[in-house]
Amino acid sequence: MTSAASRDGYGSALLEMAEDERVVVLEADLGKSTKSCLFREEYPNRTFSMGIAEQNMMLVAAGMASTGKVPFASTFAIFTERGFEQVRNGIARPNLIVHLCGSHGGIHTGTDGSSAQSIEDLAIYRTLPNMTVMHPCDDLSSKALTKALLNHNRPSYTRTARNKTKRIYTEEQADSLEIGKFSIIREGNDVAILACGVMVAEAMDAAEILSNDGVDATVVDVHTLKPYDHDCLKMIAEKCGAIVTAEDHSIIGGLGGATSESLASNLPTPLERVGVNDEFGMSGQPAELMEHYGLTVTDIVDAAKRAVSRRTA
Amino acid sequence: MTGAEPTCQEQTVDDLEDIAKGCRREIVKMVKRANAGHPGGSLSVIDLLVGLYGRTLRVSTKEPKHPDRDRVILSKGHASPAMYSALHAFGFLQETDLHTYRVYNGVCQGHVDSKWTPGIDFSGGSLGMGLSFGLGVALSGKMDEKDHFTWVILGDGECQEGEIWEAAMAAVHHKVENITVIVDVNGIQNDNFVDQQMVMGDLGAKWSAFGWKVKDIDGHDMSEIGAAIEWSKNLVGPCVILARTIKGKGVSFMENNPSFHGKAPDDDEFELAMEELA
Repeated sequence: MTSAASRDGYGSALLEMAEDERVVVLEADLGKSTKSCLFREEYPNRTFSMGIAEQNMMLVAAGMASTGKVPFASTFAIFTERGFEQVRNGIARPNLIVHLCGSHGGIHTGTDGSSAQSIEDLAIYRTLPNMTVMHPCDDLSSKALTKALLNHNRPSYTRTARNKTKRIYTEEQADSLEIGKFSIIREGNDVAILACGVMVAEAMDAAEILSNDGVDATVVDVHTLKPYDHDCLKMIAEKCGAIVTAEDHSIIGGLGGATSESLASNLPTPLERVGVNDEFGMSGQPAELMEHYGLTVTDIVDAAKRAVSRRTA
Repeated sequence: MTGAEPTCQEQTVDDLEDIAKGCRREIVKMVKRANAGHPGGSLSVIDLLVGLYGRTLRVSTKEPKHPDRDRVILSKGHASPAMYSALHAFGFLQETDLHTYRVYNGVCQGHVDSKWTPGIDFSGGSLGMGLSFGLGVALSGKMDEKDHFTWVILGDGECQEGEIWEAAMAAVHHKVENITVIVDVNGIQNDNFVDQQMVMGDLGAKWSAFGWKVKDIDGHDMSEIGAAIEWSKNLVGPCVILARTIKGKGVSFMENNPSFHGKAPDDDEFELAMEELA
């Protein structure tokens, strides 16, 4: 299966949106990493280097949005957080339509170590009124969902990943994704695995293993964490009766957190959360780190079995 | 012509001085009615706001969001009573609106807010952000070859925020000329005198070192304010006007008094203030 990184999809999307003159791109000395460099090469007059100064970048984007531009601003996920209060007060509060992209999210980022591995970005942005929060799983869905932002009427934060992972979608499938709607990529009746980002491919592999053990799993790509698709979760929870979340993010406040909140309010259901268990990362190869922090296929399989065992007959 | 095209209501220096005095009364009344708010920094900045509206700003009361309007961004958003009094004086707000300052569901929020108040371009309240926002507006104008101009008003204490200097660098890097900063240098911040909280040194030299053209003026002299506006518009920017002001200007017991940064006058003080501003 073809491999690519979701950040590549972000870069391709910017290029494909360029014919819309409203689109402007801002970067903070990490354009080569977030892939906004692709847009810069073709459209230097609509690309703005803000230097290593994220707080300023957030409000410059807000000012541009106030005049009708559609700014796409990117840096590492972790460095967007330096401008969190700017995003809160300068973008989300006045509901100025700025689209932020944080690349290199999660432990999967690897050898750069804990300072670069944002494990809380999805949680913090999810708390802001007006914000849409996304975390696509492959390059094609990243491209399609970024392009969908062009006509989205809310500011957004999208996390992309540094490293290549298996492609989940064809181009046609990716283009049919909708912001705010769960994407069910495997149907089963015994347990539902909700995953985002790099963990979606792991969840698919886990479902195959579970199938060999007689457990038939639904797999959902939760590419949009906010707005959260409460209706679809309820339907899935009613059908399967046991839920697992899998994310390269803290189990607090991200996909696991959002899913817990939704289940508690709508349909209490056994839930097991696979994710970073309230600790910071370290240097290492992605595979080594995913194993260390409990983010492997095996961890998902074990969690699914625990969730099933907790299901009331 | 829709009648909504932004224009400047050009006024004489004498008229502007009268308008500013009326605004000062409204500022003190707003803070008194709310029993909260920021009178000191509102009274220091009001001549600058009135000068802008009366001498240069092309705005439209019929269409406050007109895309070709000049922007005035009050980055020190706690001086909202000054902004509201100016918006009232120049036709954006009714007197009844001023009575909603800090009131539940009111048009005039505690800090300036573009979602609530016609004529407000920027939602402030958290210091350090307005110059960056203004830079975004100015860059858009430059990209689209529009001639709207952006004025950003900062406090001197606010210049302690790092983001101000990020934006100062970026404005010069991107050769933005359609923006001018006015710093309300009143020498006092929330807790105390600015130099007690953080020595600012030579503020003009700091801006100059970042590549800005600098002019010092008396921020309460309407003629100097008018001349500085012309100075900055006729130069290849970006320009910064350091307006030397007196915190609490116009009310004797508030003048240069740190305790009136964010406090309402009591009944006796209010009466005295109204007498002094009569």
